[in-house]
Amino acid sequence: MSAPTGSLRVYVPGDAAAVACGADDIAKTIRDLAAKKNVAVQVIRNGSRGMHWLEPMLEVETGEGRIAYGPVEAADAESVFEAMLTTGGEHKLRVGKPEDHPFMKKQTRLTFARCGIVDPRSLEDYCAHGGYRGLNKALAKPANIVAEVTQSGLRGRGGAGFPTGIKWKTVADTKAEQKYIVCNADEGDSGTFADRMIMEGDPFVLIEGMTIAGIAVGATKGYIYIRSEYPHAIDVMNDAIRAARQGGVLGDKVCGSAYVFDLEVRVGAGAYVCGEETALLDSLEGKRGQVRAKPPLPAHKGLFGKPTVINNVLSLATVPIIMDKGAEFYKNFGMGRSRGTMPIQLAGNLNYGGLFETAFGITLGELVDDIGGGCFTGRPVKAVQVGGPLGAYFPRALFDTPFDYEAFAAKDGLIGHGGIVVFDDTVDMAKQARFAMEFCAIESCGKCTPCRIGSTRGVETVDRIMKGIERDKNLAVLTDLCNTMKFGSLCALGGFTPYPVMSALTHFPEDFGGAPRLEAAE
Amino acid sequence: MKTTSGWDANLAAEIIGRHKNTEGPLLPILHSLQEAFGYIPEPAEPLVAEALNISRAEVHGVVTFYHDYRHAPAGRHVLKLCQAEACQACGSDALAAQAESKLGVKLGETSADGRVTLEPVYCLGLCSVSPSAMIDGRIVGRLDAKKLEALIAETSR
Ligand SMILES: Cc1cc2nc3c(=O)[nH]c(=O)nc-3n(C[C@H](O)[C@H](O)[C@H](O)COP(=O)(O)O)c2cc1C
Ligand code: SF4
Ligand code: FES
Ligand code: FES
Repeated sequence: MSAPTGSLRVYVPGDAAAVACGADDIAKTIRDLAAKKNVAVQVIRNGSRGMHWLEPMLEVETGEGRIAYGPVEAADAESVFEAMLTTGGEHKLRVGKPEDHPFMKKQTRLTFARCGIVDPRSLEDYCAHGGYRGLNKALAKPANIVAEVTQSGLRGRGGAGFPTGIKWKTVADTKAEQKYIVCNADEGDSGTFADRMIMEGDPFVLIEGMTIAGIAVGATKGYIYIRSEYPHAIDVMNDAIRAARQGGVLGDKVCGSAYVFDLEVRVGAGAYVCGEETALLDSLEGKRGQVRAKPPLPAHKGLFGKPTVINNVLSLATVPIIMDKGAEFYKNFGMGRSRGTMPIQLAGNLNYGGLFETAFGITLGELVDDIGGGCFTGRPVKAVQVGGPLGAYFPRALFDTPFDYEAFAAKDGLIGHGGIVVFDDTVDMAKQARFAMEFCAIESCGKCTPCRIGSTRGVETVDRIMKGIERDKNLAVLTDLCNTMKFGSLCALGGFTPYPVMSALTHFPEDFGGAPRLEAAE
Repeated sequence: MKTTSGWDANLAAEIIGRHKNTEGPLLPILHSLQEAFGYIPEPAEPLVAEALNISRAEVHGVVTFYHDYRHAPAGRHVLKLCQAEACQACGSDALAAQAESKLGVKLGETSADGRVTLEPVYCLGLCSVSPSAMIDGRIVGRLDAKKLEALIAETSR
């Protein structure tokens, strides 16, 4: 590193969750204090480790490793800095070694192996922590990449859970002059932030994953479509792409090979539906973000009509470790047909919110009660929405459901992008059902009637139920509407909005003026 | 954050020219126009259409499809309050009500004096430190009544 030797290395996360809690000001305070006291300090803006209730969590490098302090507010900055100067000394906010914290010890970090540890803008640091080992192995046997990814069992982390290797094979087998790799970084689901954390904390892993995808299928150009609500991620990604070009890992000779691959960031414009892959492609092309009918699949006719791999950030960012450690290694984690690990995002009314990566199979109850520590309001947990605005609400009675694509589907839910939003007992589930319909109405791309009109009717119907107007009749209307939307919509916006609505109604009928269900009341 | 600015055809032409030859140039052009003018001025639409060889209706259709594009300048300050589920779970409804009553505008409106635009936003990816807000591009987490009061005070500057 460029800093003078003997200078103190202090980490102040530049992750948006830390910044939103004051990390930028604290970084400045630390620099000012160092100048005032005339000590050599290098401030590194790392990503977040994922213990968000401790953000801003500062770390100092010592002989025994990194020692953390958090959550550091402006008023604590000076005393924390003093403690740091005594090589990680005592302080009421001292966390100790982050990796020894129970929240971290219980995790299996594969996709997030480096997040929060490395300097996200340093290619050198990335390579020093195992970066580009996967790509170098891929370069040794490029014809094996698709098979390796297929054998790993990796399924799309964007929501649908489609096997990544099979998607890649389709594109690899399609002949064309030009092919594309598109990264879906639209991350519109409430309760999710894992894509953002990777882009802000370990952007090179995404670049490496996309490059491997390009080599595997014969694509030379990639786009990362990032939502406009993520200015920090956009910034870090752009810096990392520049550094990657300069470092020779992107461009005309990827890592000195004969492969060509380059990347560009494109910014969304505030439309949730543009997270749907075909709407995203239309948006990239400069059109309204409307969903395309399938077929043709994007793998055959995607961006600008060319064969295109479109994957979520996490799917692509998991490929380097699969290539590095092998399909068997990755596949050995997980349960059933859900192989590997899932970066789960704990959000909402929880004591310990943040990023928890673990093998599939952990139960919802463990996540909410043991890991998340229950509601920070101190009240009982009433409902948990899993998988974003199109995901079902789960009552405590279903907390034994293991985190697994099929197990959640069997309970009329979905794991989606892995977001978990916890509500305490003050939540009104009829209001949540109403919001699900309202959100669908706001975000509908307008292509099909059940979604466009049905959602607006849905809002009106829930309103009537909430007012007690012809309750039974309107409950039947709502159920009917949900069926029409479920089976008559082109994409999952209209098609899955019934999940939150019907789960609220099924598990919490008392909030719709009905008699409570026995299990739900336990 | 620039919020208003007079129409300048030369500047618009320069912006369009800058992106014209990239793949899928329309959104990058619109983003740059909005950054320069604070909104998408109507006279820009035919210029964009001509440069990209598409119809004016097509450009207009894109401008109106996306929530981000403004059709008129915003207030001098823009306060966005997250209204999505993880923020709802932590009290975003009450915060929205507080902002609406203090500012005398509803979500989605600009105050009559042009001082502030109050808007809903559906998730800022800060769901583990919710409720959250964005003021003039700056993000704020763990929002509570007191912090919101300070943000509201900021909008009167
Ligand atoms: C309304 C809607 C919104 C979606 N939003 C996202 C999103 O924000 N990010 C994402 O990766 N996938 C999203 N998806 C799923 C994508 O359509 C697609 O399945 C995914 O990008 C494929 O990548 P994967 O196989 O790596 O998951 C959305 C789907 C729908 C119907
Ligand atoms: S279901 Fe809704 S969002 Fe999806 S294609 Fe139809 S109208 Fe568009
Ligand atoms: S391996 Fe680090 S630059 Fe190629
Ligand atoms: S729901 Fe408000 S930040 Fe995600």
